[in-house]
Amino acid sequence: MSIAMQIETENAVPAASNPIIEVKGISKIYGSDIVALENIDLAFEEGQLTSLLGPSGCGKTTLLKIVAGLLKPSHGEILVKGKKVHGPGPERAFVFQDFALMPWANVMQNVAFGLKMQGVGKAAREDTARHYISEVGLSGFEQKFPHQLSGGMRQRVGLARALAVNADVLLMDEPFSAVDEQTRRKFQEDLMRLREVEKKTFLFVTHSIEEAVYVSDRIVLLSPRPGRVSQIIDPDIPQDIGPDELRRNDVYLDTVESIWHGIKKYVE
Amino acid sequence: MSLTHTAEKRIGAARADAPGLIRWLSEFTLIWKILSIALFAGAWELAGRSGFNFSFPTFSDTVAALWEMAVDGSLGAAYLRTLEPLVIGLAFSLIVGISAGIAMGLRHDVEWFSLPIFIVMQAAPMAALIPLVTFVYGIGLTAKVLAVVMLAMPVITINSYKAVRNVPPSLVSMCHSFMGSRQQQILHIIIPAASPMMFAGLRLGVAEGFSGVVLAELLITPTGIGDLITFHRSIANFAHMYATIVSIVLFAIVTVGSLQWLETALFRPEKRSSQ
Repeated sequence: MSIAMQIETENAVPAASNPIIEVKGISKIYGSDIVALENIDLAFEEGQLTSLLGPSGCGKTTLLKIVAGLLKPSHGEILVKGKKVHGPGPERAFVFQDFALMPWANVMQNVAFGLKMQGVGKAAREDTARHYISEVGLSGFEQKFPHQLSGGMRQRVGLARALAVNADVLLMDEPFSAVDEQTRRKFQEDLMRLREVEKKTFLFVTHSIEEAVYVSDRIVLLSPRPGRVSQIIDPDIPQDIGPDELRRNDVYLDTVESIWHGIKKYVE
Repeated sequence: MSLTHTAEKRIGAARADAPGLIRWLSEFTLIWKILSIALFAGAWELAGRSGFNFSFPTFSDTVAALWEMAVDGSLGAAYLRTLEPLVIGLAFSLIVGISAGIAMGLRHDVEWFSLPIFIVMQAAPMAALIPLVTFVYGIGLTAKVLAVVMLAMPVITINSYKAVRNVPPSLVSMCHSFMGSRQQQILHIIIPAASPMMFAGLRLGVAEGFSGVVLAELLITPTGIGDLITFHRSIANFAHMYATIVSIVLFAIVTVGSLQWLETALFRPEKRSSQ
């Protein structure tokens, strides 16, 4: 009951009080007639973890890549800290679905890559990289190459690389979709812990309802063809409970259920 | 008897743990290699002695001829002559071929302009055009260099182009997202990511270059290795002819093989680290 009410009120007031990223009237048209996104208005609040959730083809990855500056929107603009941006910037870092690790470079070189592009000296960038490698739990693997790591470990490298450039916003494109379920759960828990430590803003694309409800402060539900914002949900889950309790929590389960009902009509 | 016994014991021990078995086999790879060469030489020797063809020398005669030519200096002199068009031609093919391939991979306008030329060059039997080259460039060094380039460059260029096109787009996006400039993108992502396929083309191109230089020396004017082959054939000195052919084949194999080593040393640290 309380969830349903929340959804309505949230729909009415999508504006955030302290937005770090604003999406204004974004549309993306591929070719001449394929509308991937239509008139998206969103604001992402500083320090929050927002999920973009929706069935495949709803344009959630497209939206994330537009925010990252990797794709140009057909219409509309992206504001970061109130300033219009035209491409990638130092305040945003991207975590790729397929990890995008350089196979010829070891863990250390991969994690330090972003800093290298910024012109940070070798010693300094390796110090920073070492710190974040241990932060994501990969100490001792610095000299290993991607093909020597498991899928979960590779994505940890991708995460460490994004953390190392000390961006304010982490953009994550289905980061756990290419790893197995056990690794995924462990990863989600680590992400929650990391949020406490790093105090960053996260934008998170996922197709998993459970994952979205579990990790998010706010869930933006997109509907497909054309991609539009269909609902904005703030899961009201008690903050102080552990991961195992949470997965059995009533609010958690009800939120998952209500999102599924909202999304079901788009899935054949 | 005792040998079989120890072998059995060793196999038994190796079965207990698989890595042990692999180690046990790998210790013997050198022996296998030597054994296979010995087998080849033996078969050659037998075929030579059977006298099925009057122009087919035995293995031992061929080795003796090779030794004789090495000692009297004729082989060394021939290689010096052959290497000149080969090295110039390959250097030109590598520099121009790789640059053109990368440029076509990176830029659509360059691709539009030059890809058809290289596709035609790759598809056409270039060896058939070598006699035509002499009409324009005569029978000197230029014509022979051109023969090497005509055979070596197309495959090098096309492979470099394909290699650049096949770089995973997410790696390029990754570099872009961390604000890498276009130059950094090419230097740190595209070229290393393309290098395995590029080197595959290089190996093919260098092998083609060897064909080119030998063809030129046989078809244009007999110099160097081509001259040795032609000369010894004309005086029915078949052991020497075969020895020359064997030497150029071995030389080509060693050169192409060392390219593989160079690739691993320069671009593939991940191959070096995994044993």
